[in-house]
Amino acid sequence: MRLQEYQSKTLFTMYNIPIPNGRIAESVNEVKQISEELGEKVVIKAQVLSGGRGKAGGIRFAKSSREAEEIAEEMIGSEINGYVVKKVLVDQLVSIDKEIYLSIANDRLNQKPVLMASSYGGMDIEEISEASPEKVVKRVIDPLLGLRDYQLRDVAINIDLERSYWLGFGEIVKNLWKVYVDCDAMLVEINPLVITDDEKLCALDARIVMDDNALFRHPSLSDFRDLDSESSAEMQARKDGLAYIKMNGNVGCLVNGAGLAMATMDILKSMGGEAANFLDIGGGANAQKVEAALKLILNDPQVRSVLINVFGGITRCDEVAKGILNVYESVEPKVPIVVRLVGTRGEEGLALLEGSSLIPARSLLEAAQIAVQKAGEGVL
Amino acid sequence: MSILVNSETRLLVQGITGNEGLFHTEQMLNYKTNIVAGVTPGKGGDWVLGGKVPVFDSVQTAVDVTGANVSVVFVPAKYVGDAIFEAVDAEIPLVVCITEGAPLQDMMRVRQYLSSRTTRLIGPNCPGLITPAESKVGIIPAEISIPGNIGVVSRSGTLTYEVLYSLKQNQIGVSTCVGIGGDPVKGLDFVEVLELFEADAKTDAIILIGEIGGDDEERAAEYIASSLTKPVIAFIAGLTAPAGKRMGHAGALIEGSLGTAESKIKALQTAGVKIARSPEEIPGLITP
Repeated sequence: MRLQEYQSKTLFTMYNIPIPNGRIAESVNEVKQISEELGEKVVIKAQVLSGGRGKAGGIRFAKSSREAEEIAEEMIGSEINGYVVKKVLVDQLVSIDKEIYLSIANDRLNQKPVLMASSYGGMDIEEISEASPEKVVKRVIDPLLGLRDYQLRDVAINIDLERSYWLGFGEIVKNLWKVYVDCDAMLVEINPLVITDDEKLCALDARIVMDDNALFRHPSLSDFRDLDSESSAEMQARKDGLAYIKMNGNVGCLVNGAGLAMATMDILKSMGGEAANFLDIGGGANAQKVEAALKLILNDPQVRSVLINVFGGITRCDEVAKGILNVYESVEPKVPIVVRLVGTRGEEGLALLEGSSLIPARSLLEAAQIAVQKAGEGVL
Repeated sequence: MSILVNSETRLLVQGITGNEGLFHTEQMLNYKTNIVAGVTPGKGGDWVLGGKVPVFDSVQTAVDVTGANVSVVFVPAKYVGDAIFEAVDAEIPLVVCITEGAPLQDMMRVRQYLSSRTTRLIGPNCPGLITPAESKVGIIPAEISIPGNIGVVSRSGTLTYEVLYSLKQNQIGVSTCVGIGGDPVKGLDFVEVLELFEADAKTDAIILIGEIGGDDEERAAEYIASSLTKPVIAFIAGLTAPAGKRMGHAGALIEGSLGTAESKIKALQTAGVKIARSPEEIPGLITP
């Protein structure tokens, strides 16, 4: 789960990481009010979960509250990289002397957290890292020991930070580590962390990505989920505990397991078809979950046929069959549905489906072939 | 022969009284897996499945009493870290974690702890292992594989079943199948399992099943090119997956230019690996 900038900054404040004066606004009036309170110069930042927001016009500067009002009028309700702007953050403009990049992230390669810093802040860190890796300092953190004090000095030295800032910088990095651990983050990032004209450190931007698997430990942070950033189908899928991603094709897919779901999509493509979605019902799905999954797919107007491919392991095929039949009880689906059930209780599952209009298939290739063919017939 | 589990395996089930734990304990018993104990804190002294398996309160007690040497973990995700630590501290040589959805920072701490220990971890979020006709540890369906000389290692769950099933339909048998799991932070990776297969006299060829995300397949390709003498056939899922979207579980995510199916297929092909375009194509690529 990605947090919005203003949400991340709220957390920063709780952990004593300095941020600019500012507030969140949802209307032009609020923007005007906040910019009047803050003084003359402000920056208005669209709260959208998209990279490259600055280039797309999502970060704009105003010299007066009047100008702030004009910008807010244009920005609120506009679309930035496909996201509608519903909220903007109004921050006091800070005069910048130096920009630093700072983050702590899960490093898949080392299977440990990694601290990254660079004196080239404010820029796209991935580009810098690729073009000149020596400009980005990386230090692996022992997840059991945590961040050591010498590592803070080591990083400060290696990004050429003046000695007078070592202590203040060290405090910020330590607090950022606390945010990372306490929130079960996968990424905490400040880009840029600036040194102001009056020699203070300040986090101008904030990005936190939380581990969805650990949300049970953070019931209060779950409220932060920005529902506007998801389509309504994806939102419904989340409520039902399904992994669902909308794609461009017309063959709806209901599969157990991410790997098999991806393989199923790949095979559809190799046969000239295209998946309408990725949908993994997860391990051990019961009838209710299967029912919800199938309804989700049938609600997609692009779907011309459905391919149900379940290889039972921890999932029991008879439960899957019951879920499918539940859908048939309430409404007879208008598109052909191809079903392949194998593995745990596969025979029992198929027996339950006998007599229905579902099209059984014996192999994955056969199932994909029929689904692609039926989808083709369904297109007018 | 086989790797990691066989008829000598003395299996302990952590979370044996839960829904999934109990169901799959029964399945494993039906396969003649030697299950010696179960653990559920607070239920010590009970017996499950008609008196077939004793339940203990702690892993250490279970090990002391029964000599368990492999543990399979079915506990809910929020307790997974603790369950693995408990098994490691009881010095169980192999821990297989089936549970899906373990918090990543918990797993990073587990990984770090394991680096100074001798316990091997497989998973989390994996289907487990099967050495056909000897031992089944985890949730791989019983009837989809037969004994033979092909080693299988996979990051996926159900996709593995698909491969085993099509091997069996072609009368091709398996030495051991290891599901290493799809999470980004996990125990054994491809290279470590490939090393075990290389050393196993009864494994003549290896099937590797990978998917998008991370660089496990690329590192496996390096190892295959430099050190592996046995032929390898691979299938990689996710050619049609979009970048930046998390496909189902934590592992399957294309980050920037990293971890695409194309890059993995290219690396493996360069290492001399035969690539299958579907799981059902794999049997045809095995040369007897």
